[in-house]
Amino acid sequence: MAGFNKVVRSYEDALKGLEDGMTVLAGGFGLCGIPENLIAEIQRKGTRGLTVVSNNCGVDGFGLGLLLEKKQIKKMVSSYVGENALFEQQLLSGELEVELTPQGTLAEKMRAGGAGIPAFFTATGVGTPVAEGKEIRVFNGKEYLMETAIKGDFAIVKGWKADKYGNVMYRHTAQNFNPLAATAGVVTVVEVEELVEVGELEPSQIHTPGIYVDRVIQGTFEKRIEQKTIKSSEV
Amino acid sequence: MALSREQMAQRVAQELQDGYYVNLGIGIPTLVANYIPDDMAVMLQSENGLLGMGEFPSEETLDADMINAGKQTVTAVEGASIFSSADSFAMIRGGHVDLTVLGAFEVDVNGNIASWMIPNKLVKGMGGAMDLVAGADNIIVTMTHASKSGESKLLSQCSLPLTGKGCIKKILTDLAWLEIHDGAFILKERAPGVSIEEIQQKTEGTLIIPERVPEMLVG
Repeated sequence: MAGFNKVVRSYEDALKGLEDGMTVLAGGFGLCGIPENLIAEIQRKGTRGLTVVSNNCGVDGFGLGLLLEKKQIKKMVSSYVGENALFEQQLLSGELEVELTPQGTLAEKMRAGGAGIPAFFTATGVGTPVAEGKEIRVFNGKEYLMETAIKGDFAIVKGWKADKYGNVMYRHTAQNFNPLAATAGVVTVVEVEELVEVGELEPSQIHTPGIYVDRVIQGTFEKRIEQKTIKSSEV
Repeated sequence: MALSREQMAQRVAQELQDGYYVNLGIGIPTLVANYIPDDMAVMLQSENGLLGMGEFPSEETLDADMINAGKQTVTAVEGASIFSSADSFAMIRGGHVDLTVLGAFEVDVNGNIASWMIPNKLVKGMGGAMDLVAGADNIIVTMTHASKSGESKLLSQCSLPLTGKGCIKKILTDLAWLEIHDGAFILKERAPGVSIEEIQQKTEGTLIIPERVPEMLVG
């Protein structure tokens, strides 16, 4: 009886069932809090034609940039991209499609997807290219546009600590989109720095309850820093 | 003399109030953090999910899990909180942030702002800018008054794709402090030593010049 035990022992098992053409939601902001080993496993596995929903698309040679190398991504849904040369190249050659989505709308699309809300109205993007083709409604005299929810065949998430039941805590600003992606995957896979026994996490401190999580794996992380900024030392 | 970037940040900082929650965009807005008066408590919101952003870390306190919306490593102040991106934008869209300061390419007399896209150039994305301008009530746009080639950025109608419609009321340029009312720019203050004629000449949209236009107080 597996019960609520969500632990898997290999990255291969963690992404079992991921197939060509699927939609993958990925947590992370820049390179902070990205599921780096799960991304690397998708590269190793060679799954193609993916639609990837993530705030950014990594950098050359790291994070989601790895999937660009092997041309595994068909479409990116992101708020800010182009921190890598490959991305630009594939976009200009038409190999890669991009759907630019305002950051808050992207977060809300995932939240709505996980919460069973098919669409919502937001003032974000009214009167801009983002509004093209979208329904506009007036509430209390102000215009709002309709945005639809996002769900993923897979959600790949980076946590700090999890127990075997898949209860997850995030560390500092590595939280970002992770808890939202976690709710919106048909299969949600969480990789963490530390796997602890059930009962070790304080229930009220859990960010993502295990009900959203299907698989948990413990990994080791490089945690690359995109922009190292240090305060100038006082004289 | 046109204001320096530091002087622009100084002038914006004069709009801060004790107890304000503030979101500062990338560029000149970030510099505003250096001019928060000592007798004032202001908390900085970073839209990747941090309320209470502190200074850059030392080599010892550097942490890959602590970044700001510009992806720079930062610290958190005492009393800070950290949350998801959805919570962060609930704060922004829900109108809970007291002041937002951001840059722009163009602003027009109807309060429209263009700041994210230049056609035929590679578009990297709007990030959180569209949410910020749509959600905040109190926004200050900081930008140079005209481009390097002298083209006005204060227009009768924005020429670039918009970031937000009808959402800007206050602008600080290197030449002037202006507010937008009823389809016109109102000249409220001018940079020290800058003539009204120069501001007029570099403002393409309708400019209303009150009888008295004081010089700004900046160091």
